Amino acid sequence: MFDQFLYGTEAAINGLMTGVMYSLVALGFVLIFKASGIFNYAQGVMALFGALTLVGIQSGQVPFAHLINALFGTNVHHFGWELPAILAILLAVGVMILFAWMVERFLLKHLVNQEPIILFMATIGLAYFMEGVGDLMWGSDIKKIDMPIPQGINNAIDSATYDWFGYGFYIDNLDITAAIISVILVVALTIFSQYSTTGRALRAVADDHQAALSVGISLRKIWVIVWSIAGFIALVAGVMWGAKSGVQFSLSLITLKALPVLMLGGFTSIPGAIIGGMVIGVGEKVFEFVVSSSWFGDAMGFTMNATENWFAYVLALVFLVFRPQGLFGDKIIERV
Amino acid sequence: MSDTYETPDGRTIGGKVLEMRNITLRFGGVVAIKDISFDIREGEIRAIIGPNGAGKSSMLNVINGFYHPQEGEIWFHGEKRKPMKPYQIAQQGIARTFQNIALFKGMSTLDNIMTGRFNQMKTNLLSQMLWKGPAEREEVENREIVEKVIDFLEIQAIRKTPVGALPYGLQKRVELGRALAARPKLLLLDEPMAGMNVEEKEDMSRFILDVNDEFGTTIALIEHDMGVVMDISDRVVVMDYGRKIGDGTPDEVRNNQDVIDAYLGVDHG
Repeated sequence: MFDQFLYGTEAAINGLMTGVMYSLVALGFVLIFKASGIFNYAQGVMALFGALTLVGIQSGQVPFAHLINALFGTNVHHFGWELPAILAILLAVGVMILFAWMVERFLLKHLVNQEPIILFMATIGLAYFMEGVGDLMWGSDIKKIDMPIPQGINNAIDSATYDWFGYGFYIDNLDITAAIISVILVVALTIFSQYSTTGRALRAVADDHQAALSVGISLRKIWVIVWSIAGFIALVAGVMWGAKSGVQFSLSLITLKALPVLMLGGFTSIPGAIIGGMVIGVGEKVFEFVVSSSWFGDAMGFTMNATENWFAYVLALVFLVFRPQGLFGDKIIERV
Repeated sequence: MSDTYETPDGRTIGGKVLEMRNITLRFGGVVAIKDISFDIREGEIRAIIGPNGAGKSSMLNVINGFYHPQEGEIWFHGEKRKPMKPYQIAQQGIARTFQNIALFKGMSTLDNIMTGRFNQMKTNLLSQMLWKGPAEREEVENREIVEKVIDFLEIQAIRKTPVGALPYGLQKRVELGRALAARPKLLLLDEPMAGMNVEEKEDMSRFILDVNDEFGTTIALIEHDMGVVMDISDRVVVMDYGRKIGDGTPDEVRNNQDVIDAYLGVDHG
């Protein structure tokens, strides 16, 4: 039985790491939702787009190569250089900021004071538009991220746990890195929003648009900043997920994994997004571990597999019934 | 009226800070403000009164840029004002409070009042992220100004309290604090005493008079309590159904037949 416990613990730790990656995506949602009340369906595509751009820039791909070649009869595909990782990252961040500016300029500006459902629809449109642009710009083949991110089994943990328990835990270095980066991001964001002028303005806009305007805060500027930060987080998430499974278009579907995280943690809480991600990550791994194990089968007469596909949604549903505002979200109280 | 005038209590009121010239504001077919002109002078407390629906709040919203009048000109410090966004008008030095308190409910009193300093805080995003150096210095300087406002309004005890949890009267005071923190050239108060009891009203009246007296702030306010209006304001504009029906010192307005009719009702038959 003790070894079963060990396997379970390993699954839980791995779940925790995966959960932190869910949180990364959810974090982008929360930021935008707080500051502008928009549920940004495009967050997952932003992650994809960010990762594509990073890989494209780094490997010296010519953006819109197919389009250019078709139009001018040329045959260019590569600039023929490899950029250092740090430069590529800076350029990709620049592209995400430019993207944020364009979203504000061409989309949000025209939709001020619209119903939330209309804004939501606009972000769905944005998601598919970006997917198309991403395809056109960088091509649709699966790309490998060449970043100095440690990957593979963490030998220290493996040998330490082997010494203690006689069973080595398999924890991936990539997951550990992702978890550390996420924690740093969250702490930095929290400090920034609590203690800086712009952070205060962000919270002010999130709270009351009219009042924010009346003290001289430009909503449009704040939105560009918020979308830039969300774009940056999407880039980080995209790179982490991309490093795990290659940069491919199915990456945009992580949006769907962020949804239950948001329902659990609350749409308006940054810590909620983190904890929600971890609860879901651990929950789905441990649940899968339990219901697919032989002793569960012996006791119940059946086992289940591939529960990770639906577990998060069921958990979110349960939460919706009992705590619609999520674990940390603002309680919705309407005065009548 | 000449360029300056003396108040009965001996203050000298200066030239025009704001001048509204033939302002007309329509919402579709509804005329909210019809051809109104008046001015607000340096250092005075100017009240705008009138029955419900007279267009007083609309007038304040025109001044602070939430509404844009279809006709008329607005002159601020001797210059004709171009159509502007509310935040640009705030940057020009016009601060305001709202009839139904518009505070940032999730933030503390201190943070709320700090947002009032937003226009004066100029460091860029990058140095704010680094925090040390200019951003920190700026934060400290502005914090000192905010602490003075907090002392002035006697709300030290609630500095760290989220304003959503404060009683109504205190929220009104915090909102005044946020507007004051900007050190505005013109302060607009939309019913600063609505819903207050007698004691709270007295406090608020005192604060308004002190602000005007100590900082020389020009104030325009909307208020329903006639007693308060007559006590604290230097000049009064009276509106009814979007028109101006009276303008002058409290005594002049009080004896104006149109004003008396508007308030007491008159048989139009």
